[in-house]
Amino acid sequence: MGFQPTEDQRALRRGVRELLEARCGRDEPRARGAGLDRALWRELGRAGFFSLRLPEAQGGAGLGLPEAALVFEEAGRVLLPGPLVATHLAAGAVPGAADGSAVVTRADGGLVPWLEEADVVLGDASGAVPVRSVDPLTPLHRLPPGPPGEPEPAAVLLTAAEQLGSAGRTLATAVRYAKEREQFGRPIGAFQAVKHLCAGMLVRTELARAAVYAAAVTADPVEIAGAKLLADEAAVQGARDCLQVHGGMGFTWEAEVHLHLKRAWVRAELGQPAARAEEALAAAL
Amino acid sequence: MDLAHTEEEEAFRAGLRHWLKAALPELPPRPPPGDWPARRAHDSAWQRALYDAGYADVHWDASPTRRLIFLEETEKAGAPYVGANFVGLLHAGPTIAAEGTPEQRARWLPPILRGDEIWCQGFSEPDAGSDLASLRTRAVRDGDAYVVTGAKVWTSHAEVADWCELLVRTDPQAPRHRGISWLAMPMDAPGVTVRPLRTLAGSAEFAEVFLDEVRVPVANRVGEENDGWRVTMVTLSFERGTAFAGEVVACRRALAELARTARENGRWDDTVLRRRLGRLNAEFRALWRLTQWNVAEAEATGGVPGTGGSVFKLRYSEARQELYDTAAAVLGPDALDLSREWTRDRLSSLSYTIAAGTSQIQRNIVAERILGLPKER
Repeated sequence: MGFQPTEDQRALRRGVRELLEARCGRDEPRARGAGLDRALWRELGRAGFFSLRLPEAQGGAGLGLPEAALVFEEAGRVLLPGPLVATHLAAGAVPGAADGSAVVTRADGGLVPWLEEADVVLGDASGAVPVRSVDPLTPLHRLPPGPPGEPEPAAVLLTAAEQLGSAGRTLATAVRYAKEREQFGRPIGAFQAVKHLCAGMLVRTELARAAVYAAAVTADPVEIAGAKLLADEAAVQGARDCLQVHGGMGFTWEAEVHLHLKRAWVRAELGQPAARAEEALAAAL
Repeated sequence: MDLAHTEEEEAFRAGLRHWLKAALPELPPRPPPGDWPARRAHDSAWQRALYDAGYADVHWDASPTRRLIFLEETEKAGAPYVGANFVGLLHAGPTIAAEGTPEQRARWLPPILRGDEIWCQGFSEPDAGSDLASLRTRAVRDGDAYVVTGAKVWTSHAEVADWCELLVRTDPQAPRHRGISWLAMPMDAPGVTVRPLRTLAGSAEFAEVFLDEVRVPVANRVGEENDGWRVTMVTLSFERGTAFAGEVVACRRALAELARTARENGRWDDTVLRRRLGRLNAEFRALWRLTQWNVAEAEATGGVPGTGGSVFKLRYSEARQELYDTAAAVLGPDALDLSREWTRDRLSSLSYTIAAGTSQIQRNIVAERILGLPKER
């Protein structure tokens, strides 16, 4: 059974990681501030970020959901901003989405991210009012109350993959800080209380990883709902624990961790929020 | 990255399914806990049936994927798990296979596979607990034998076991981890006393074992003298690897049954409870996927299951307790009726965050060995 990334998939992940780390360094999100970087969007388009799953005849790479999940995990790791999932899903259907010359967002109930920056809005965004977004890097609008739209499984899965990347990043950040920061004459990572916080972060991340990758392989809507639920938890609780490991430093604007927590909160509301995922999973029992 | 099985693996699955369909109706029900001789006879007969059908060594198979298929299919079919053969098949056997001499393998492995000999585990001690390396049972060399004195606790199947995988201190002067040896002790040797231990679940599933100048031949030592800690780590890596994989399938079956019960008794209309069941569905599905992930990783690297097992065990042991607490919420007053299997399973689930290394010890292992955080001392 080959439930491990292939050599090609590892190479793809390495390539995307190098590209994103070069363009989204640790200080990048704060320096950039609000607003979508169109040059970066086009660069992502050239790199195949949006066209990944289009057939080769349509200028895509002909890859599948597992590869897309690995790529979106990397995007989540570096807090890459913009309506990435909606634009990726629109490639092939909306002109300009595949090559990154168009920015596409989706209105399917609840919150709409990047409404004003988008060139194309799929769904009905009438009556949307701006929200003062908790995430300084994700502008939000709120739709009038109404029945929620059916979540598109691929959109839910890729949002979960971003959450997984964020969980992996906050875990690595917490572990690095726990090895460096000294208190009482020792690195704080030597204390069991801190160790156990970090171990809990890893357990949630690895469980979410198995769920997200398996859901990417099977594309089963129930499995995808489970992946989203566990990835949301890994990202949100991981960011909280990372903040706690950083102590007072974690409560400052300077530390990157609050941006991960805020983005994780936003993503948890998008696609298939916990209540709806749990209902879908219960109905399948 | 895929979840597909090879043609050979699917053929193995089909053959096993076919065999189980014929073999299971022949099997009498398992005697209740407490009647250990009857349970031993039952579990040995099942192991013999597996042996005759060619499935006895599946836990030692070179392909962990076949083992997962075996666990999945036997659990789905409602076949018994390893039972009294637990230590022999999952601990002592793999350890002797990996570390024993050709003579030791020839002596001990075939009777384990045939279900002829039952093993128990003499690792834990009353004063050691999670700090396994602080064990005090001592073995003094006298000619061609070790003379062993001390006490062991939490020994499953001690009343009916033929052999005990025993950890003893052979060099009291050496640093704690370096003076330990791994012995195969015959349980009928003079000086071995077994006393059943009643647990909070009400039954005597475990025993204390007292050792008073028991003579164990030096030839029964597996691995070098004072190298027993390393041998033990080999044993434990099996315990923490995929030993719980079959139980995840069992939990998924229990969860589905719980959902049926809730639909019948009206509790399904309770949104909070229904959502709890949904969340557990996500947990156990993911735990099964994590098992497959760990096995695929072990297969790819050719190694024994590693520390990934600790990650799995931490979440599994908690999820299992959440499952039975949720069952209590679904069952209502019935959950307090000790004649219900749910109630007994709920009680025994309390041991999962303690046995095979407490959750706290597992978190230390994860933090130090996987994440590389500094040791506390």
